[in-house]
Amino acid sequence: MLNIALPKGRLGERVYSMFEKAGFACPSIRENNRRLIFENEECGVRYFWVKPSDVAIYVERGAADIGVAGKDILLEYRPDVYELLDLNTGKCRMAVAAKKDFRDDPARRLRVATKFGHIAEGYYASLGREIDIIHLNGSIEIAPILGLSDVIVDIVETGTTLKENDLAVMEEIVPISARLIANKANFKFKCEPIERLLASLREQVEETK
Amino acid sequence: MSVMSKSEVTTSALRDLYASYGYAQYRMRKFEEYELYVRNKSFLISDHMITFTDREGRLMALKPDVTLSIVKSAKDSEGVEKVYYHESVYRVDKGSDSFHEITQVGLECIGDVDEYCVGEVLLLAQKSLSRISEDYVLDISHLGILSDLLDGAGLSAEEEGKLLACIGEKNSHGIATICRENGVDESKAAALCRLATLYGEADSVLPVLASMPLGEGGRAALAALSRALNALSGTDARGRVRVDFSVVNDMNYYSGIVFRGFVAGVPAGVLSGGEYDYLLRKMGKRGGAIGFAVYPDLLDTVADTRSAYDVDAVVLYDTNTDHAALRAAVDRLIEEGKRVLAARALPEKKTYRECYRLTEGGEPVHA
Repeated sequence: MLNIALPKGRLGERVYSMFEKAGFACPSIRENNRRLIFENEECGVRYFWVKPSDVAIYVERGAADIGVAGKDILLEYRPDVYELLDLNTGKCRMAVAAKKDFRDDPARRLRVATKFGHIAEGYYASLGREIDIIHLNGSIEIAPILGLSDVIVDIVETGTTLKENDLAVMEEIVPISARLIANKANFKFKCEPIERLLASLREQVEETK
Repeated sequence: MSVMSKSEVTTSALRDLYASYGYAQYRMRKFEEYELYVRNKSFLISDHMITFTDREGRLMALKPDVTLSIVKSAKDSEGVEKVYYHESVYRVDKGSDSFHEITQVGLECIGDVDEYCVGEVLLLAQKSLSRISEDYVLDISHLGILSDLLDGAGLSAEEEGKLLACIGEKNSHGIATICRENGVDESKAAALCRLATLYGEADSVLPVLASMPLGEGGRAALAALSRALNALSGTDARGRVRVDFSVVNDMNYYSGIVFRGFVAGVPAGVLSGGEYDYLLRKMGKRGGAIGFAVYPDLLDTVADTRSAYDVDAVVLYDTNTDHAALRAAVDRLIEEGKRVLAARALPEKKTYRECYRLTEGGEPVHA
């Protein structure tokens, strides 16, 4: 039985369709109910919906054999997993944003509000810039407006939220997309179905490029 | 039903195994001078250590690693030293904020290490895994092949580090991106991508490796890898020994064969090892070295070997009970092979199979 952790939400649904096409269908998953675990014994597959930021934890600890997680989560938490494929979906970018009229003062320590402390630290360390990280869990965009921080490091998809709050992207840090990840130990024991799934997903990704 | 946990049973079986191949037990102190670890920081899994100052003012550390201590005290003489150990180490694991005591059982083979020694250590790694579980996998790689492909790639140390991380993740799209951004030769880039995703038994993988654009060093490494795999071909390990280049240990310390072992049901590697000639050289010793460690604690997190009951029998007594009769009754039940708890009242949070009380004549009867 192949255990697959999918991120709850639109991305998860889109990715499930790719898995379905690859021969790992589980029709009960499309039923509209509140169940979190779905199984199809015929295909030897079990899916479960989890919070997107938790997928990597399920996979790293082996509760799921494989899963789909955003590159942002992988960069931030650095789980010890295989990253088998860039699914080329759920695309966005990790960026530094600030008020449109923000003028950086390199002599001062930069205050950075973010959910992604590791990514922000790594990025500014590579520039040799000293920063003060302010960890927030949501509505990051408010921080520079209220003067809580100078800039924010966050995911930017369309940029609409930034625009509506009079913020603008200053620097792009790294492009983000959804990745297929696998538990390193479980991969050894379920190599055949994982490789089969991987081959089909790779084809599907190539087609959409 | 054994009262020993899976990790205890495993530890004892592994020690017997290593001793039967002439490895001598190596015992060490719980702490070393901090400096030993600072000089070899990147050899350690984590650089957090529990430190304290001894009476002479030297900074000491509870040992986070065993191999460094063994290498430090290895005799720099002719011949080969074969030792095994069963020790605790203290470190902060990834994703955790606190120190843990972790048990390691392992062996090291240091000095004039020849091909027979390498084969023997691999064989012992394979036997160790088969002692733990019937369903195991031993992944083997040779860093010489990887470093040969990296040699002419012209990557900076930073980019090379990123590339190695991608190889460890079987992240072929990441490897392709790094190679493209740094103008790495296309055939080399393709070989690196292929190397990361290559996985399987010797018969299927070795021909693919042979067709790669390898230099002289790479060819020699490939030959060494295939001889090492050959050492395991006579065992019952068919289908369980695989070549996997995502096993990448630090190339500043490890030099040749590296390997990792897994057992079904445990979500992380339970065995890890390799040839570490460069560490020896860094510490000013001659010769070569190969060894591995097994982490038996991991086995207890999944294998529940407890019996369905905490005890087999509870014998109830009260203030009027004759203690000599109670002792005799308890002993008799233990002789029947039961685990017996004498108590005044039924234990609330324990499970038990049977419950006895004593008759006036001192006989245990079912309560």
